Amino acid sequence: MNLHTPAPPPPIDIAQTVANSPGYWTTVGQRLLRDKVTLFFGAVLLLIVLMAIFAPLIAPADPYKTNIIRRLKEIGFPGHPLGTDQTGRDMLSRLIYGGRLSLFMGVMPVINALIIGGMLGVIAGYMGGAVNSAIMRTMDIFYAFPSVLLAIAISGALGAGIGNAILSLSIVFIPPIARVAETITTQVRNLDYVEAARASGASSLRIIRIHVLSNVLGAIFVYATSLVSVSIILASGLSFLGLGTKPPEPEWGLMLNELRQAIYVNPYVAALPGVMIFMTSLSFNLLSDGLRSAMDLKS
Amino acid sequence: MRMPTTELAERSVMAGDGATMVDVSGLNVGFKNAKGLVRAVNGVDLQLKRGEVLALLGESGSGKSVTLRALIRLNPEHKSIVSGRIVVAGTDVTTLAPEAMQDFRGGVASMIFQDPGLALDPVYRVGDQIAETVMRHKKVSRQEARKRALELFERVRIPSPERRLDAYPHELSGGMRQRAMIALSLSCDPQVLLADEPTTALDATVQIQILLLLRELQRDLGLTVIFVTHDIGVAVEVADRIAVMYAGRIVETGPVAEVIRGARHPYTLGLLATRAHGGRLQGRRLRTIPGNPPDLASLPPGCPFAPRCSSVEARCREIEPPLVELGPAHRMRCVLGT
Repeated sequence: MNLHTPAPPPPIDIAQTVANSPGYWTTVGQRLLRDKVTLFFGAVLLLIVLMAIFAPLIAPADPYKTNIIRRLKEIGFPGHPLGTDQTGRDMLSRLIYGGRLSLFMGVMPVINALIIGGMLGVIAGYMGGAVNSAIMRTMDIFYAFPSVLLAIAISGALGAGIGNAILSLSIVFIPPIARVAETITTQVRNLDYVEAARASGASSLRIIRIHVLSNVLGAIFVYATSLVSVSIILASGLSFLGLGTKPPEPEWGLMLNELRQAIYVNPYVAALPGVMIFMTSLSFNLLSDGLRSAMDLKS
Repeated sequence: MRMPTTELAERSVMAGDGATMVDVSGLNVGFKNAKGLVRAVNGVDLQLKRGEVLALLGESGSGKSVTLRALIRLNPEHKSIVSGRIVVAGTDVTTLAPEAMQDFRGGVASMIFQDPGLALDPVYRVGDQIAETVMRHKKVSRQEARKRALELFERVRIPSPERRLDAYPHELSGGMRQRAMIALSLSCDPQVLLADEPTTALDATVQIQILLLLRELQRDLGLTVIFVTHDIGVAVEVADRIAVMYAGRIVETGPVAEVIRGARHPYTLGLLATRAHGGRLQGRRLRTIPGNPPDLASLPPGCPFAPRCSSVEARCREIEPPLVELGPAHRMRCVLGT
């Protein structure tokens, strides 16, 4: 009796399957392309950044040129599509140029914090024990103060100026980034593949460079993107308080302060720098959310 | 797993005629924690000749993995206290400087881990991970390292090896991953291979393939292997000698055939009795050893197995069990032999 004669299984081209499976970043890219919201705000952000970079080519007028006769003109005034400010300077040109300083002051502290905080966090997480306690408890001291107050206090103590504002904001952002880096490093450090790397002769530095950083960088990069939105608001806030940029530099926060008195005369023009701050901050925030969900392949 | 009994005798004769590759004596490993000192390994002696395969057999927490890790100083250094003599391939491991230790790991002795899914970095292609290790130990270009990785993949019989090199660990099956892990551990021509339950996380059918592969590689490359397992079937399949561990001590050791057929220590006898005999004894309860392993933080005086032992005597709880010679290479720690 012919009980069971299994037919030979169809040849599966394993090699083909392997070759076709996309890498990590390809998958992340594909997921981002499907996320319309993130794409839209990414585009908005790109536009703002390009505008700031190519300001001299785009701006219709000199952002410093005052005109005492044409003060506080409304939106749509001939020659000044977005009106003029309290000294008659072209608002459109100032908003375009303002992006340079505002973005710089928003992004620089986060980059500084990314490097220093990331390093501190990885060291704390990898070394563990007393080193970890020393670094992380120092970070906790900074957590005791609200970030805005801390930034104002440091800026105020150091004196007004772009450099000091960036320094104070960097200090504010180091602890949260260090904490994220430390958490991830601690997790990775105890994984089997780190032990396997040690068992095959990798030094601590090598393990950090190859195995820890690849895991930490993605996460703190996403987190840093969300911090940029906070940083831009804080930087503008410092300028608004007179602790950041000094007049007559165009900077959104400072412009907002200068136009404060014009709020009853020409409210729409006075609100424009705020709109820019809001749009930039929102874009960074949503972009960071989108990146986070695209990079988390488990979801 | 079935025992190939006919092979047993000849195998123990075949192996173990070279130089001493692993020489461990009086090894103690303790871990400091909040409760105090956990004595994971207590006075372990191990001697292996070139080309020998030893199976360290024991249940969870018996100290077999800790012993294995001590050989390449992989236990967390600031949390553990290690004492005793550890000489691997003529090198005193205990006094090696950190840099020399890193050259030693992977270069002289390397390790295979239990779960290849966790022991391979998920964000790197497996080929790159192997190439990275090769470049670490041998000053060669990336291209040459890749070539070596390809060679190794062919050696461990991974189908379509060129393409597999570019695969991420999650794209490989469990058996394939363990093959890649073996390739990684062999990448720098080690003399001693430490295998920490390399088949435990695999399917039964894949297990036997990996065991056969390891056995074949061991013969071809003349490797000295210490194989940690809790599966007697696996131990019989791969090993020349068996060392049974309990509570951080080796309670019985000897050639496979002698330990399996002529076990004398009550714990070894207990372990042998617990094996499931395929379908032959279907419907009957499986035998177990009553009780639990002792708390290693507060070991009682005398024999640590005494509370669970079926042939316990009064003196067991008072004196350390003596080492008893049962044959030329067959020894146990128990008062029964005296």
